[in-house]
Amino acid sequence: MNATDDTIRFENVSKFYGEVLGVNRISLTVSPGITTLVGPNGSGKTTLMNLMTGLVQPSRGTISVLGLEPSNATQFFCNVGYCAQFDSFPRGLTGFQFVLDSLMLYGMSEEDAFHLTAEALERVQLDGEASHRKIAGYSKGMRQKIRLAQAIAHHPRVLVLDEPLNGLDPMARAESLALFQELGRQGMHVVISSHILDEVDRIADRVVLITGGYLIAQGNIHDVRREVRDKPMQVLIRCDSPELLASKMFAVNHCVEARLHADGRGVFLRTGDIDQFYRLLNEIAVEGLVKIDAVAPADDNANAIYQYLIGSDGSAS
Amino acid sequence: MTQQSFSHAIATLRQQPWSLWWIQARRMTRIEIRRNLFTRRAWWIYFLAFIPAVIILGHLLWDSREGISDDTMVLAGVVQLYYVRLAIFFGCLGIFSRLIRGEMIERSLHYYLLSPVRREVILLSKFFAGAVTSVVLFGAAVIADFVLMYAAYGAAGRDFMLHDPGLGQLEAYLLIVVLACLGYGAIFLLLSLMFRNPMPGAMLLLGWEAINPVLPSLLQKFSVASYLRHLMPVSVPAEGIFALLTVETEPVSAWVAVLGLLALIVVVLTYTCYRMRRLEIRYTTD
Repeated sequence: MNATDDTIRFENVSKFYGEVLGVNRISLTVSPGITTLVGPNGSGKTTLMNLMTGLVQPSRGTISVLGLEPSNATQFFCNVGYCAQFDSFPRGLTGFQFVLDSLMLYGMSEEDAFHLTAEALERVQLDGEASHRKIAGYSKGMRQKIRLAQAIAHHPRVLVLDEPLNGLDPMARAESLALFQELGRQGMHVVISSHILDEVDRIADRVVLITGGYLIAQGNIHDVRREVRDKPMQVLIRCDSPELLASKMFAVNHCVEARLHADGRGVFLRTGDIDQFYRLLNEIAVEGLVKIDAVAPADDNANAIYQYLIGSDGSAS
Repeated sequence: MTQQSFSHAIATLRQQPWSLWWIQARRMTRIEIRRNLFTRRAWWIYFLAFIPAVIILGHLLWDSREGISDDTMVLAGVVQLYYVRLAIFFGCLGIFSRLIRGEMIERSLHYYLLSPVRREVILLSKFFAGAVTSVVLFGAAVIADFVLMYAAYGAAGRDFMLHDPGLGQLEAYLLIVVLACLGYGAIFLLLSLMFRNPMPGAMLLLGWEAINPVLPSLLQKFSVASYLRHLMPVSVPAEGIFALLTVETEPVSAWVAVLGLLALIVVVLTYTCYRMRRLEIRYTTD
């Protein structure tokens, strides 16, 4: 293993299923932290994750995770955990047995495997009586949790999660997101694909946008948003005189749209030049004509970026 | 290969984590046997294995016996024509083809492929688990047949079973069972990796095994049954319906037959490992 390589690298990777394109010419470097894969159904997110973990092999290009390749299974899978989207399990097992059987293949002692199994189940809040029931009787949310427990049980440095929030109730979603956040803070790679952009957006350090098998954008969410120059940025300003603020702002030509907040105590403004916009806002605040309470970007998130770059029909703009 | 590259290859082999692979293989075999093989779904294989024992038991209870030598011929026919040609063949098809393909159909194979176990170790562990299961099942069935066949003869039967030639025949039958399970197991494991439905391939193999004795000697080397025929301790007379399935071939010594079949198994398993290494998980197309 290359001890200095702490990244996941895709170098000009393509994958074709016969004549069907999976992903095409993906070059990507992912640093530690939480990375969200965003794209419509069939965009290539799962293919990208399967390539990363060796479940499928690239037609072209190379992939390395922390300097390791999936063909070196012994080292690779000690460092990588993958919670795949397939909602199926070996027959007849309890949740505890399922995680324990997986850990036993790492070559560790039975005692250590028991300990790690109990720890993983506790982390996903599936300990106690539920873990000793047959998986066949689990709800969808419980099955999602047991797969997550199996993926994190061996303390991987890279955790790949394909739609990990599917089937979870709001409480379980919040717990899972908190867990991902904690793992990201510990310096792990957490790569998540999800349709629930609002929730993932809160914890993601960076976003990878993919559609039709092509990489559209990647990087820090705010940086990616800034790169989308043809879509003016929207800012919500909480203030005591939103109408006055809007009229002042419209005096400059980079402000293209204003919309009052539903409660009448704020205004959404769109601007084509965010730096000029903030400068002018400062001047207005200093003048004292408008008392500004709060300023926050309103479309500086994965959901908005998705809409702008990919659109609701899934085709890149 | 030069001396230097040979030394390098030996050094590379020594650096491999053999002890870890051994632990993983043992644990996987244990998991496989527990999870997949001794289950209610395998009831029909139990039926295949033990139906001759039930029939022999029926004869033991209600019929008079024909004599040890006649029953020895009957048992030879049961092993050669029923077990090798049908029961072990279809039993191994059921056991070995579901080791990989069955898990693909149930969409659970990826858990193994995402574990820190080399794919070759996964495949060989599954093969070994299948071999243990089939050998235990069909070995036990053949022992049961043997004991029931001679139990009615009292002291003479016991003497026949515990000393030569009876004991030697039982050893030969058990060797045949082991080799048949390994041979057919390796082939069905390969077929299950190559085809979504291994049944047409299995039917072709069944036909190949049937016509193999009349093929040129070179082609006979690619048949499990042809090797096993040379290990039979008792020749089944080629009369009546037996004549359709039995062809006299030149005798081959037992050790040549055993080594030949083992070599065939190694070749098949090596290619299966190669296929396993390139296996991709795309359940939607499986």
